[in-house]
Amino acid sequence: MLKDQDRIFQNLYNDLGPDLASSQKRGDWVNTKEITNKGRDWIINEIKDSQLRGRGGAGFPTGLKWSFAPKEIGSRPHYLVINGDESEPGTCKDRDILRFEPHKLIEGCLIASYAIQAHVCYIYIRGEYFIDGQKLQTAIDEAYEKKLLGKNAAGTGWDLDIYIHYGAGAYICGEETALLESIEGKKGQPRLKPPFPALIGLYGCPTIINNVETIAVVPTILRRGGKWFASLGREKNTGTKIFCISGNVNNPCNVEEEMNIPLKELIEVHAGGVIGGWDNLQAVIPGGSSMPLIPKDKCETLTMDFDSLMAEKSGLGTAGVVVINKDQDIIKCMARIARFYKHESCGQCTPCREGSGWMWRMLERMAKGEASRDEIEMLGDVTKQIEGHTICAFGEGSSWPVQGLLRHFKDEIKKRNKFDPIVKENKNIPYLVDQHLLDKNA
Amino acid sequence: MSLRRPAKNQPDNFEFNSSSMEAAKIIISKYPEGKQQSAVMALLYIAQKQNDNWIPLAAMKYIAKFLDMPYIKVYEVATFYSMYNLSPVGKYFIQVCTTTPCMIRGANKLVEACKEKISEKECELSNDKSCSWMEVECLGACVNAPMMQINDDYYEDLDKEKTLKILDKILNGEKPIPGSYRGRINNEPENNRKTLMDLKNA
Repeated sequence: MLKDQDRIFQNLYNDLGPDLASSQKRGDWVNTKEITNKGRDWIINEIKDSQLRGRGGAGFPTGLKWSFAPKEIGSRPHYLVINGDESEPGTCKDRDILRFEPHKLIEGCLIASYAIQAHVCYIYIRGEYFIDGQKLQTAIDEAYEKKLLGKNAAGTGWDLDIYIHYGAGAYICGEETALLESIEGKKGQPRLKPPFPALIGLYGCPTIINNVETIAVVPTILRRGGKWFASLGREKNTGTKIFCISGNVNNPCNVEEEMNIPLKELIEVHAGGVIGGWDNLQAVIPGGSSMPLIPKDKCETLTMDFDSLMAEKSGLGTAGVVVINKDQDIIKCMARIARFYKHESCGQCTPCREGSGWMWRMLERMAKGEASRDEIEMLGDVTKQIEGHTICAFGEGSSWPVQGLLRHFKDEIKKRNKFDPIVKENKNIPYLVDQHLLDKNA
Repeated sequence: MSLRRPAKNQPDNFEFNSSSMEAAKIIISKYPEGKQQSAVMALLYIAQKQNDNWIPLAAMKYIAKFLDMPYIKVYEVATFYSMYNLSPVGKYFIQVCTTTPCMIRGANKLVEACKEKISEKECELSNDKSCSWMEVECLGACVNAPMMQINDDYYEDLDKEKTLKILDKILNGEKPIPGSYRGRINNEPENNRKTLMDLKNA
């Protein structure tokens, strides 16, 4: 288990209070000026050395992303945008950072803005987190009052303004270009890439978009050194991560742990075990609802990081671990996830708009045992036709969980859906669709 | 996608009152000059708050003029995002999360409770016209499942009995205390905390 002094979010459970004075006691804002005095290149290199990968789901190396920002400010200003549109089912880590560790986020914003030369930072928070956004606003106001933001923020000589922009209940706005559209006051429909936001982003200006957790760990990495962060976890999957363990466990919780921690340790030690014991485990969704589920036999030895989960044809995603035990109907669980995606599709690309509803309707029928045998293959076919044929990654996000179900629980679906639509004997009913198949033999 | 239709009975006029106007001006100042269209989402919230928690078409037209943008663009935004109510909802608007992490911890019991206490169908006003409820997608409090949102507040770690008690309070016009209803502190593992123990005891 990770040592307590290596945990970045000391106030994850709000033992100490989120206000500025107690944050400073925990080490926030202590020597921000000294960090920025070391220069942009030093900051970006240190983040590259730490091998920090984005915490929002895709796992893109953060240092590399920052280095894409233009080196000099041209005719267009640069922007930093923080993605706090946390809507992935199974994930609730950013909410805790917003309400309990706001100053880690604000300080991270200042350092990141300095590194990519942005004077304005927008924090996009999902509309449902209004109360938590207000808590962040209180922290921002506090920081302005103590001159940690605004002109010459925290004595660094850099001017920075931070504004909060609330979303309004659209999952798709967690996609970075949809989020930019939303800030611009439009429907949240993703843009084609390229051009990438690092060059043409918000209002057509260079924009770097990072997840809340990614930015909130930056000040600690720079204080303790990229080497320290890289020493945790394993190569290319370094550092710590907040895991959200929900579903059928005895003590669902958020916990910050080292990357590459065994899944069994997360569930047994931190979450108090599966309801009904480990043997009652059916499957685990390891990284929020868009990642394919993993059946019990593989959960024994599974370790939680980007690459080892990729090897299991799943992914770490946002590290929202949803535990499903044998008391649940796995097909129903996946049908509900398919309904979520049907509801949240933005409607821009046809394969996703039509396919997500199609998958949901088929899965609902399969859960009831009303689907025909052929539909199982058809369902797999539909997922393949959505995947890779859409503007954004929502297509993958909606089809992967269904593919995971088909990969590991096909027998379960087959057992329940035996109905064969092809008529075997000549019934002589004129409107029977498959009658012509029999006529040939007659 | 979800189907969203504006209400049939629409008021003829809408105008910001003085406090809404003040709030709107502050919001617009957050965005660069000429990019006032960015404020449309926040302004729709302000209109919704002023107009008993729903947005009439007149308000969309008003905001379009206010921000100097086409009415259809405002209409697009208002119908795209699910948190803008296009028809009247109760003064207490209850949203029950029923996505998988909540579902497998018994969110359907919460729906049952809402059906018993408020109305048989979702998005229908209760007998005294004070409440309405609906099923929503993931609200982002999965480790505190099952949960529901009433106006801005989250009510977490519920079961049917606790939900019935909360709904009773609301129907009596009281505001129940938000947060966990099993008495646990935020997101910590209940009675099983293994980390940051020094801080807990401090």
